[in-house]
Amino acid sequence: MKIPLSWLREFVDLPETADELRPTLDDLGLVVEGIERVGEGLDDVIVARIDEIRDIEGADRVRLVVVDAGDGPLEIVCGATNFALGDHVPLAPVGAMLPDGFVITQRTMRGVTSNGMLCSGRELGLSDDHRGLLVLDALTTPRVGEGLREALGIEPDAIFDISVEGNRPDAWSVEGVARDLATRLGRALREPTIAAPNVATTSESFAQAGIDAPELCGRLTVSVLRRVTVAPSPAWIARRLESAGMRSISNVVDASNFVMLELGQPTHPYDAAFVAGQTIRVRRARSGESLQTLDGVTRELAKAGRGLGDTGEDCVIVDGDDQLLGLAGIMGGASSEISDSTVDVLVEAAYFDPMTIARSSKRHGLRSEASNRFERGVDPQGALRAVARFVELLRESIPDLEWYAAPLDVWGQVPVPSMVELRDGDIERALGAAISLEESATILRGLGFVVAGGDEGLVVTAPSSRPDVRSGAAGRADVIEEIARLHSYLRLPRHTPTWPEPGGLNDRQRLRRVIQDVVVDLGANVVWTPSLGSDSDFDLLHPGVPRVRITNPLVSDESVLRASMLVGLVRAWGKNVERGVGNVVLAELGTVFAHPDATEHPRHTRGGVGGTTTLRLPQENERLTLVLGRAADDAASAVALWAALGERLGLAEVVVRSCDDGPAGFHPSRVAALVDHATSATLGYVGEVDPQLVVTLVPSLINRRLGAVDLDLDVLADVSLATRRSQFVTMPSRYPSAVVDLALVTPDEVHAQDLAHALRAASELVEEVTLFDVYRGANLAPGTRSLAYSVRFSSNERTLSDEEVSGAREVLIERARTLGATLR
Amino acid sequence: MTSSPLENLAAQKAELLGLIDSFSTLDALREAEPGITGKRSILSALQKSLGSLPPDERAPAGALLQEARREVEAALERKREDLSRSARVASLETDRMDLGDVVVAATRVPLSAGHPGLITSTQRELEDVFVGMGFTVADGPEVESDWYNFEALNIPPAHPARGLWDTFYVDLGDPETVVLRTHTSPTQIHLMEEAVAADSLPIHSVMPGRCFRRDTPDSSHLATFHQIEGLVVDRGITFADLAGVIETFTRAYFGAGIESRLRPGFFPFTEPSAEFEITCTICRGEGCRTCSLTGWLELGGSGMLDPAVLAAVGIDGDEWSGFAFGFGIDRCAQMRHQIGDMRALIDNDVRFLRQFS
Repeated sequence: MKIPLSWLREFVDLPETADELRPTLDDLGLVVEGIERVGEGLDDVIVARIDEIRDIEGADRVRLVVVDAGDGPLEIVCGATNFALGDHVPLAPVGAMLPDGFVITQRTMRGVTSNGMLCSGRELGLSDDHRGLLVLDALTTPRVGEGLREALGIEPDAIFDISVEGNRPDAWSVEGVARDLATRLGRALREPTIAAPNVATTSESFAQAGIDAPELCGRLTVSVLRRVTVAPSPAWIARRLESAGMRSISNVVDASNFVMLELGQPTHPYDAAFVAGQTIRVRRARSGESLQTLDGVTRELAKAGRGLGDTGEDCVIVDGDDQLLGLAGIMGGASSEISDSTVDVLVEAAYFDPMTIARSSKRHGLRSEASNRFERGVDPQGALRAVARFVELLRESIPDLEWYAAPLDVWGQVPVPSMVELRDGDIERALGAAISLEESATILRGLGFVVAGGDEGLVVTAPSSRPDVRSGAAGRADVIEEIARLHSYLRLPRHTPTWPEPGGLNDRQRLRRVIQDVVVDLGANVVWTPSLGSDSDFDLLHPGVPRVRITNPLVSDESVLRASMLVGLVRAWGKNVERGVGNVVLAELGTVFAHPDATEHPRHTRGGVGGTTTLRLPQENERLTLVLGRAADDAASAVALWAALGERLGLAEVVVRSCDDGPAGFHPSRVAALVDHATSATLGYVGEVDPQLVVTLVPSLINRRLGAVDLDLDVLADVSLATRRSQFVTMPSRYPSAVVDLALVTPDEVHAQDLAHALRAASELVEEVTLFDVYRGANLAPGTRSLAYSVRFSSNERTLSDEEVSGAREVLIERARTLGATLR
Repeated sequence: MTSSPLENLAAQKAELLGLIDSFSTLDALREAEPGITGKRSILSALQKSLGSLPPDERAPAGALLQEARREVEAALERKREDLSRSARVASLETDRMDLGDVVVAATRVPLSAGHPGLITSTQRELEDVFVGMGFTVADGPEVESDWYNFEALNIPPAHPARGLWDTFYVDLGDPETVVLRTHTSPTQIHLMEEAVAADSLPIHSVMPGRCFRRDTPDSSHLATFHQIEGLVVDRGITFADLAGVIETFTRAYFGAGIESRLRPGFFPFTEPSAEFEITCTICRGEGCRTCSLTGWLELGGSGMLDPAVLAAVGIDGDEWSGFAFGFGIDRCAQMRHQIGDMRALIDNDVRFLRQFS
């Protein structure tokens, strides 16, 4: 909100400069986002009259102008042409400094000496106009030699751009901001001057008012103004509105806007001639009704919205014929707008239910200065005071304005100001600081609270302008925030707490870190690819599968939650290839999502209004996916990477089993499942990226193999934690080991690592079994290959004899035979 | 009666279909295509000959020919698909590899140096600071119901404060009932609900995670970003404890010379609420463009848990009190490393990633 310092000074003595006040406002939570300065640097600029205009020989862009600024003729070279003899214009004489710091000097151009500069609006910081000089005759009755500021009635001013927090409806006004400052600085807050009805005729003799929906409209006042002459506002009102960022329209509309900015209460003036029966009523909109608002849009009313629990309730203003006049508190209709011919005015000042306004405003996509204030909650007691101020302002331009006695005042339901008990010690318990009850009471009184009580505690009643203050424990917190805010957060103590409970990571988080460390050690760059992708990306891997869709995506390319990180990673890799840095491994640890209809394990969670129902939400699955894109990478290097990672995680029981049903995106004949022997759980997959996917996403690369590893952390965490818990150290044997090689002709169906696992378990003398060669050839039976293992035997008790070793070897060969493998 | 140029059409079509069927490779098919449907094909010749027909016969004859052409083209397309499918099957078969047979010790694996992502390492560093101060770490889901993301946090439906969070809604169930979490604060609610159910208060936890806001990305905002949230619920916790935790954190993470301060703010789930600012990391408090000459940079939000939030999760506010705070992990990284444009974080440019170890 834009608030001129000069306007604040109407309410409270503020000798400080804008810069001096800025930290105070910030510290009050009224954060100053910027300060705009107007009318500064004009001290040296005076009014001059154009007496003569001459061409300069050889110059076609500039002319010589002779002006009089009170001290006789002065020759000035000027490039502008928008003035005539006798016009009055601003002159910056030699030595003057302009608002941007530019100092005027005597200059000679084309052999002619220029003794100053004639200025445009922009050069003076008064407007954006730079098409010509600021001709003053249109604005005022200038006198030669007079200071420009006096001539235009400009006081230097600073305009604060203040960001008002959502819980401070009262601060959405000059008076509200002034009240905070006055309280903080311990100064008095002045009341604005207001008018009183000046005609004995009662309002009800001329107009009627009524509320048909007391839950939606808490108060409706209608004031009758007659003998109105619609005209431009007095200059000071227009200037003040403009400095606060609003356009001056006419005295009536300006008075309404002025009061809203100053006191926070929106008012709405109607041309009484166009209000049937001079009657204003407030009711619920009925289904099927529509209204054309001032912005020219026709709006269907009372239609349920998309918002949670939005039944479509709209509050409308109607006249005596039940014709719609406007959407209450948001925007009026065109029919009863103030015009040049208006003579009688009905001024509505009301209180509307904030939630109703908020919902309507959101549903119709219609926000206005009024709705911004009503949806936060205006002061229900402030309506007639605002009208009195409105009339006071209007009287400046319409001295014989008539305001009828006893304005119509109808009440519905309004919130009762909260009453909060503040016991001695409450403040210290909340803030850790002992702010005395005495200081607290002073602060609260300054803010308009009614304070009772003494040493034992305070009973405080919030002003009606502070609907944000609740009751009970919540209200206590609200009141304590006000005390802390005005006392200053910067003055509150700090204390770093300690507690006996230990901090730390849980097992899952530690595992996550180990995995990240290991993949980085194994050469991966950890990246972050989008969680949201396009439908076509989703279809690449999961055509026809239900997907989790965003209702309101920013762009259609980011409208579906990913079910795999593979597409994002391959694409990220492709981008790096384009940059000439594609020789890399990329890894991402992140969440993928399955639509509740596409998984056996949807997440069930609390939802609905009040959290009273159970919702089926997408399954969220944490995975680690790696794409190996270095020049020599392929399925084998992916297996090698997994082997290192699996060993580091202590997953000795997990075997690599080639499979025909790998996940989408993997090369269908170069993929293996990672299966835990003990639980049969699949931890993930290893292999290559489907060549078709690579070509689709990175068309410039054909026949480039990309290794891939994809691990399910939800499963991995289970398996790896289980493994670790049951793990005790096995002391290595101090006796020499015996190493034996076994070449076993093995059917293709038997996985090499399953066979190794079986051999390892066949005898307690086996220390380790390692595959070291695979041979296929015509001399072997079809559908078999020879797997050569190196087996290390040892015992903790003795050096093994040759007989023991060959005995154990026989046991292993026998075990292999049960799986269909024979010694070669 | 003159003979129609189309009198042999059925036979000619059958011949073409037979020809199409005879191809066994994609290359051969591609080579033969111009002769089947191209300008020199029999179908095109027939098309030209239609001009010799009496005007009233041209239309029906043309339709007949079009039909035949469609059939031939469809057969061609089917064959092309068949052949590419079998080509893929064949190439996959050639590629077939039993990954269980990979001899790891004999595999040539390229060597490369990896780098942790900037967000990963920043998150970890932040976690470590808080763990050192006695916090545990908690995770939470990224898709949330309205209850967790808003209502339990004292942001009822249609509350104007919802405008503070530009929300992505998930198309599940009734409109606007499921969201991509707009902040990590819903994890607070999960933690408190769980602690109440397990009777395991107090809580001292930080909650990092990915969040989403419907906000067009620019140099300082991304629609997807990462936050870390802190929550303390214990006996006798005050606003002074909140200020102390933030101060200790600021010094531990940003280093000497960087201080913190609180100023009043508004969050529906805390009261009193405070924005917290740190000494500008660019000018060290001297005042510069980045900090709008104030010497301070806004980092995050904080406050004492609002009694309405405690009530929503069933915690007795007379016995327990607490505070929460939250800020952007990405923003911390940006401040620490002076990253001019946040979008660099999602570019995944290896030349960017390599600068972090």
